[in-house]
Amino acid sequence: MLDVVNLTHTYGTGPNAHRALGGVDLTVAEGELVCVVGPSGCGKSTLLRSIAGLVRPTGGGVRVKGRSVSGTPDDLAVVFQDYSRSLFPWMSVGDNVALPLRRRGLGRAARRTAAAEALSAVGLESAAGKYPWELSGGMQQRVAIARALAYRPSLLLMDEPFGSVDAQTREDLEDLVLAVRGHHRMTIVLITHDIDESVYVGDRVVVLSRAPAVVAADLRVDLPSPRDQIGTRELPAFVHLRAEVGRLVRGKPQLSKAPNGPSSIDKE
Amino acid sequence: MNGVVHRLWPVPVLVALWEAGARAAASTYFPPPSAIAARLRELWFSGPPSRLFLSDQALQDFLPSLARMFGGWAIACAAGIALGVAVGRSSALAGYVDPIVEFGRAIPPPTLIPLFVVLFKVDVRMQVATIVYGVIWPVLVNSIDGARYVDRQHTETAQVFGLSRAQRLTRIILPAAAPKIFAGLRLSLSLALILMVVSELAGSATSGIGYELLYAQQNFDLPGMWGTIALLGVLGLLLNSSFLLVERRTLSWHRRARQTN
Repeated sequence: MLDVVNLTHTYGTGPNAHRALGGVDLTVAEGELVCVVGPSGCGKSTLLRSIAGLVRPTGGGVRVKGRSVSGTPDDLAVVFQDYSRSLFPWMSVGDNVALPLRRRGLGRAARRTAAAEALSAVGLESAAGKYPWELSGGMQQRVAIARALAYRPSLLLMDEPFGSVDAQTREDLEDLVLAVRGHHRMTIVLITHDIDESVYVGDRVVVLSRAPAVVAADLRVDLPSPRDQIGTRELPAFVHLRAEVGRLVRGKPQLSKAPNGPSSIDKE
Repeated sequence: MNGVVHRLWPVPVLVALWEAGARAAASTYFPPPSAIAARLRELWFSGPPSRLFLSDQALQDFLPSLARMFGGWAIACAAGIALGVAVGRSSALAGYVDPIVEFGRAIPPPTLIPLFVVLFKVDVRMQVATIVYGVIWPVLVNSIDGARYVDRQHTETAQVFGLSRAQRLTRIILPAAAPKIFAGLRLSLSLALILMVVSELAGSATSGIGYELLYAQQNFDLPGMWGTIALLGVLGLLLNSSFLLVERRTLSWHRRARQTN
């Protein structure tokens, strides 16, 4: 579905240049939910922005469905961290969700229906006529998720999507993502700085090193589905994996078993 | 409504003070407001109630003046917004246009009236040109600013979701720039009133509020002169209030979003 090949990116030139990505290789299979974690400032967002075509990488390439892309791939949606700046305050919630659908060749009525469906999938069926700023932060992020769902992308990128909401809302939104991806069969790349979250929602956790970032580890998460906020988090496998990811993010040598661990997978 | 009444109490007080002061001074140059009001009524407001008391003379003076003012303002708004948004969204264009804008808006429009007289011999066109030149700058500068500083997250969202150019312009850039653009429109509306008068004073106008002002001055009709000045003030007040009404409706999202954030 998504192949990132030896992706490098350097901001600026000369002595002040900052190498954010030092050759990232990443393969995401269709229908997979991959979480990308890494230390602060390691280039997680640069990776996501390169895939989304918002940054032109200085080296390497991105392939979607086997085709190399420059610019923004078709069929791609992004949920940004800052929902308040990503939703358009001059449009109603329903219009925000329906706006990108014209490109899908839908008529006015069909766009409205699709928007209503997506809003009801995130539990906001009655909010279509409101403005984004009339909703709480968690609800605004639900609208952003609904907009992405209605667009029916084959690849959904999420950039720290729950970084600006309170803990309870964060858990609700994590479960919402897990629920909707079951229905919509999307491939999701979710960037987070929260190690617990990456293990809880991910099929795989990709750990980036400090900048210039490379993939430091690629761990498969073998936890039973459906996941449960209390039950899953108390499983020994969850606790173990979380500790492993935590060590990797801090760049400390692994204490557990082999350098690559039994739960690691080779790069595809 | 109660609030308006409360806030308006200084008006009769000031008029009363003016009346008393003018009567005490008894100067030909400073007629009391009662004399000014009587002269205004005689000049323009002796018409039938069904026409809001406007006399034929009022229609003859006000309509051409207002038509030139709104015409010039509308042309300046359309051109200013179109050019401003284009410049605001293109840094290449901005490099060329910014210095020209700064040069152009530094020139006081009345100084160009002789040029416009040569260019557009016809009176009306010269007056409209003066108004357009004088009022386009606030619209242009604010439109450039508004379009230039659209939140990057907004434009990135538009890019990611593949919005068409037309959608980006009408659904993202114009609404995002609207608060700034409206600030420019409002400034230019009050300037349009001023330039309407200036263009009628300088040209060879034969009708209009500015022309009547000049005529009153030249004939030592001081109550008429003061009356025209007061009329212009009232007109400016009405224009601004009506504009604010439209702005509040159009930008209600902006005001309310700011209140909640």
